[in-house]
Amino acid sequence: MTTQQVLDLYFLDARHKLVEIASFLDRVERAGDEDDFRLKAFHEALTKLNGKEKAKNVLLAFSDLTVKPIAKATTKAACGAYPDK
Amino acid sequence: MRYIEPHAHMVSRITDDYERMALAGCEAVCEPAFWAGFDRSAVEGFHDYFSQLTEHEPKRAAKFGLKHFCWLCINSKEAEDVKLAEEVIALVPKFLNRPNVLGIGEIGLNKNSKNEMRVLEMQVDLAAKFNQLILVHTPHLEDKFKGTKLILDVLKNDKRIKPERVIIDHVEEHTVEMVLNAGMWAGMTLYPETKCTPARAIDILEIYGNERLWLNSACDWGISDPLAVPKTALEMKRRGHLAKAIEHVVFENPKKFLSQSLNFKLEQ
Repeated sequence: MTTQQVLDLYFLDARHKLVEIASFLDRVERAGDEDDFRLKAFHEALTKLNGKEKAKNVLLAFSDLTVKPIAKATTKAACGAYPDK
Repeated sequence: MRYIEPHAHMVSRITDDYERMALAGCEAVCEPAFWAGFDRSAVEGFHDYFSQLTEHEPKRAAKFGLKHFCWLCINSKEAEDVKLAEEVIALVPKFLNRPNVLGIGEIGLNKNSKNEMRVLEMQVDLAAKFNQLILVHTPHLEDKFKGTKLILDVLKNDKRIKPERVIIDHVEEHTVEMVLNAGMWAGMTLYPETKCTPARAIDILEIYGNERLWLNSACDWGISDPLAVPKTALEMKRRGHLAKAIEHVVFENPKKFLSQSLNFKLEQ
């Protein structure tokens, strides 16, 4: 696709998602407490938007980058960000 | 347009979904064994589940002209109970000669624990002993990158496993390259919130090419869309992909991988 075609297809959708992110951050700010590992990971992920391979590096910013299996699974769920970063 | 749904948990879906999939061009649906949303208390629960996958569900699909295939295993979400896992793994061979069974799956990891690793190794051994195809679930969200690496290590360390007979599912931008570089197949799951969106999945196809990659909905009892594959095919068309290239991804690719199982036959 040409740049024009990409923008014609996806610009409004991306703009909408960016405004959603901005309003989410405003909402968190109004709530007061910003000391949460998920939010820290989110802010780190935002810094990846300026470099190459943005999608890959955003995903890595939220990832557990350790290499050894954990001793025991104490939950089945994932929360979207690695707590011990 | 014809397509194959290579990963769908139809036991969790209503009959209308079969009709909608058939109307959208689906020719076959493949159902890996998975977690029921709660832990089963005994091996007998798996016996009934495997019977459902191999006896009842094919009949439900056939009412709409759809072929139904399945994969058997214990899911990694139930792998902390190693004793139960051993009992289920001992049960699986009794079902492997059923005509719609494609292989062992979806095995893999969930939280990347030691017991999950142990059960994964046991099920890889099972697949090797019975010369079965393998379908692998990779962990969710923050656990996916690490889990995919651990899974690839287990598979690569077992020299009986041929990479071209393994599909690693739920890849995203940070895991697809390591899977393809290992010579295995990669599945992209189309979910509304987690995993891939249609646009991102097509990005991956455009970056990495359309060989050894497939698309699936992985529709189940959670937020998911049984028509995600044909919707992504439509998105490919919007982006200028030709009909032949679209069919290559949504039909020919899954057919090529799955045809390595003698049980995978599309004709009635």
